[in-house]
Amino acid sequence: MPDEPHRGPVLSVAALRKHYGDTIAVDDISFAVRRGEIVGLLGPNGAGKTTTLNMVLGVLEPSAGRIVIDGLDVARHRAEALATVNFAAVYAPLPGNLTVWQNLRVFGLIYAVPDLRTRIEQLLEQFDLQTFRDSKCGVLSSGEQTRVCLAKAMLNQPRLLLLDEPTASIDPASARELRQMIRAIADRGDSGILWTSHNMHEVEAVCDRVLFVSRGRVLLEGDPRRLPAERGAASLEDLFIRVAREPLSFGAGAGA
Amino acid sequence: MNARHVAGILLRHYYLLRGSPTRVLPTFAWVAIDIVLWGFITRYLDSVGPSGMDFVPTLLGAVLLWDFFSRVMQGVTTAFFEDVWSRNFLNVFASPLTIAEYVSGLVLTSVITSLVGLLVMLLLAGGVFGLSFFSYGILLLPYLLVLFMFGIALGVVASAMVLRLGPASEWLVWPIPALLAPFAGVFYPLSTLPAWMQAVGRLLPPSYVFEGMRAIIAGRPPDWSALAGALLLAAVQIVAAGWCFARVHRYAVRSGLLARYSAESVS
Repeated sequence: MPDEPHRGPVLSVAALRKHYGDTIAVDDISFAVRRGEIVGLLGPNGAGKTTTLNMVLGVLEPSAGRIVIDGLDVARHRAEALATVNFAAVYAPLPGNLTVWQNLRVFGLIYAVPDLRTRIEQLLEQFDLQTFRDSKCGVLSSGEQTRVCLAKAMLNQPRLLLLDEPTASIDPASARELRQMIRAIADRGDSGILWTSHNMHEVEAVCDRVLFVSRGRVLLEGDPRRLPAERGAASLEDLFIRVAREPLSFGAGAGA
Repeated sequence: MNARHVAGILLRHYYLLRGSPTRVLPTFAWVAIDIVLWGFITRYLDSVGPSGMDFVPTLLGAVLLWDFFSRVMQGVTTAFFEDVWSRNFLNVFASPLTIAEYVSGLVLTSVITSLVGLLVMLLLAGGVFGLSFFSYGILLLPYLLVLFMFGIALGVVASAMVLRLGPASEWLVWPIPALLAPFAGVFYPLSTLPAWMQAVGRLLPPSYVFEGMRAIIAGRPPDWSALAGALLLAAVQIVAAGWCFARVHRYAVRSGLLARYSAESVS
């Protein structure tokens, strides 16, 4: 991580586009995530959320646009930028043939985490994983695996944390604890979090700001607790359904 | 290049080997079987061949050196396949790890596993069948180096191929050494082959190793310029293989192949 922290937004995405031939997956998206902020990226399946996350993570090259993480342009300073990022996603489990401790040690080296043993012990305690430290990740329940993925995501104390449906496979009690934990990380003020979820109650409880994405474009942006009323919807879930069903009425396709 | 990043990749494979006898066994089991099989074949040929004919350094030595090359290549590809099999690409490639560091980690893993295989082969071939590698003299070291370098280059290219074509193409990788063996003149001089096969053989650094090995056994002086050429050719091929992997990775990032790979790995 850089010694002198950049004080601007932790993530800045400008005019981001991704197309595969004639198919447009992401169409001119711009947004920022500030320090201490949790931003929800919402939208129906195929809206472009995961494509956007993949571009931020450097595993998918944008067709156009710019991604800056903690002051570093991902296209030009990929390794340095990604050293300040981490992520957890349901579709990216850690290798099931290594134990929890082994996985955290391997990824701790890859992220060049200082004083790695101490950091791993802290995370095992924080995510209640001490009992499973010598268990292979492949034999853990999906909820336990999610906690291991989150522990890995916190190894390098990232300035930008990307969470793709982090509570999708865990029970309500664990999900609540996890939300509180992630909220506490954001409240410390050094990190920003980009969070995708289909659970609108969760988004309302956790996110400071939401971006509704459909057909590769950001259609709405605002405070998840005020946005439904501003748009004449009964709830965030109601608004989500309207955006998913009638994207044209929210501006999708305009200018496309 | 960050040494801790490379150590992370190396440590992952150490943990896998330490915790799984089924992964340790192939590092020496197949080569041991080959040595035993060819050891008895050479013993039989020695008994029925003309008096004074010694097939041990010719045939058994060739098998051992070819198996060493195969192990080096498969050391790289197997390490790469571990990430394919465990759907680990997103975790690895969305990290600060560079491609050079990742490939270096695979190569170092292969160095260790292939040295284990070589040790077992030397013990078995020497202890049971009387093959002395001192009969090749000091040239054994550059010969092993050429085979090692070519094994690394081919392993990296084969990994790039699987990255480009998808997990199912893994099955195209395993037979590559068998496919190349006829062209490399492992058991016979290149001059035995038709012209077009000789042309292919000259592009394969191991062919110079086996020609040189036969020359030494026949009592002829070693061809130093051929050996230097083989080393240079193998070095160029390693650089080309690294370039190839980086290009394929770039294509996979641009086309979305890398992002989709995890999903395809389970299909």
